Amino acid sequence: MADASVITGSPLSPARGRVNSGARFWPSTVAVAQRTVRKFVRTPQLIGLATVQSAIFLVIFRYIFGGAINAGGLPYVDFLVPGFVVTGFLWAGMGAAAGVAEDLEQGLFDRLRSLPIPRAAVLAGRGLADTALVTWSLAVGVALGFAVGFRMHGSVAAGLAALGLCVLFSFAFEWVFITIGLFAGNAQAAQGMSVLMTVLVFVSSAYVPVSSMPGWLRPVAEQQPVTPMVNAVRGLAGGPRAGALLPHTTAYYVGLSLIWAAAIVVVFGVVAAVRFSRH
Amino acid sequence: MTPILEARGLTKRFGRTQALAGLDLVAKHGRVVALLGPNGAGKTTFVRAVATLLRPDAGSLQVAGIDALRHPARVRQVIGLAGQFAAVEPAMTGRENLEMIGRLFGLKPRQARAAAGAVLEQLQLTPDAGRLVRTYSGGMRRRLDLGASLVGAPRLLLLDEPTTGLDPGSRVQLWDALRQLVSAGTDVLLTTQYLDEADQLAADIVIIDHGTVIAAGTPAELKSLAGDDVIEVHVRDAEALPDVAAVLSGTGRDPRVDRATRRVSVPVDDGTRRLMEAMRALDHVGAGIEDISLRRPTLDEVFLTFTGKPAGTVGQSSGPEAA
Repeated sequence: MADASVITGSPLSPARGRVNSGARFWPSTVAVAQRTVRKFVRTPQLIGLATVQSAIFLVIFRYIFGGAINAGGLPYVDFLVPGFVVTGFLWAGMGAAAGVAEDLEQGLFDRLRSLPIPRAAVLAGRGLADTALVTWSLAVGVALGFAVGFRMHGSVAAGLAALGLCVLFSFAFEWVFITIGLFAGNAQAAQGMSVLMTVLVFVSSAYVPVSSMPGWLRPVAEQQPVTPMVNAVRGLAGGPRAGALLPHTTAYYVGLSLIWAAAIVVVFGVVAAVRFSRH
Repeated sequence: MTPILEARGLTKRFGRTQALAGLDLVAKHGRVVALLGPNGAGKTTFVRAVATLLRPDAGSLQVAGIDALRHPARVRQVIGLAGQFAAVEPAMTGRENLEMIGRLFGLKPRQARAAAGAVLEQLQLTPDAGRLVRTYSGGMRRRLDLGASLVGAPRLLLLDEPTTGLDPGSRVQLWDALRQLVSAGTDVLLTTQYLDEADQLAADIVIIDHGTVIAAGTPAELKSLAGDDVIEVHVRDAEALPDVAAVLSGTGRDPRVDRATRRVSVPVDDGTRRLMEAMRALDHVGAGIEDISLRRPTLDEVFLTFTGKPAGTVGQSSGPEAA
């Protein structure tokens, strides 16, 4: 009360109060991405959990279900590992959806949206960071794959192309998870909604040949994006022997999966951006 | 001089809720304005409109002379926002948090470092600047959050319930930090549910409810209407309530009788003297008194003075009474 006069009595210095130009798109994106990466790196539970989760998954399929699955002439481990690596986006994506929901809930996005930066940079930064993190889990996935007996049968160039596709597909699906995070309302709901994505992963050629599925399910598995993505990577990594088992050429699957990836980025990128700007 | 903030007839509806119902507000340069009101009064909606986080349905809004509806991006260049949650990254250090925001404000790395250092110093967080925020106490997080809105040296600082959920010690610490800022010349608009907070910090208080301003003025002006203090008498027997009320009405204002809790309260100006008078007078009446106290008016009582109804009920019913 006595302090009120002190407060009001202070003259306003004309120098006080800047007009901030704000960071441009790319520096803002990098700054936002850096924060997400730091959060991940400094939360060892996150890395540990993701790694253990995917390792358990791989081991179960390789050693428990694997014996009962007929991969059509290919050793099951060579069939499984490309599918496993491609669908690794699922684990990272669940974390991303929860993270986005959390940032929204806890006001971080409000702070960022009140800053003089392009608003698109906030989501772009998230997408960039999560893609970087997925690349890390991809490396772990590949290492685990080799550890359980997977061997490359394609050329080194084809192997690198396969890895590049995996990164690209993860980037595409990242936008699905960002969209889920923006709509979910809270982290738990985001996690729950992300679990629906497992349907997409299992009703595909990732873990079992589509030909082993019942007739009514086969068209679903064949017409959804994960199957051509897995087939493209499988064809590239497995060489001619794996390619020969696929109904279409590897080039066909690469082309189709690239179209799918582009479509997913455009559709979900726009939905996420609209949701973000209107929130 | 252009007002730092000028809102005319702002409206905003969310579904069936009319969050802002024609809000008018002018905030002058160099004065801290407190927006006081209960939950759901429209305080946060208003702050979010000023921060360009949402677009009002109708009305005009000027921030530092900039049309916020037409040029929201330019408004973002001159404001700093600290929302209801401490929006800082727990997995980064205090310094890293501030440097990140500084970079986003468009500062060069060296400038961002310098600005972060200065703000940390100002908020007495320098000793903890290198620690991860997840090890901070709630009060420290809030101070850092305040700091994040300051690294851009904004013309207008928007604080949405800055001390909600803090323990009394941390609250006082945050108040001190805010006072220093204000004395350095930052214009502040803050929202609060606490009358004492508005009283402590603000030069002007605007009381809002159901999306409109119901009273505005300096703390002194508002209190001269609502009373500086309140004398409250708790009687042993409800039968004594009318007698006590009659005695207290001798202080010049209408006492408020609450039968359920057997209390009579009356707003007074010269609290201590009035209390002594009241005690002498009550002694003559001889009513059985459980407790008698002199206290600050609550937000509810201020509301009652201006609206004739407790906080949060204005406009909901068509009751006949009005202040």
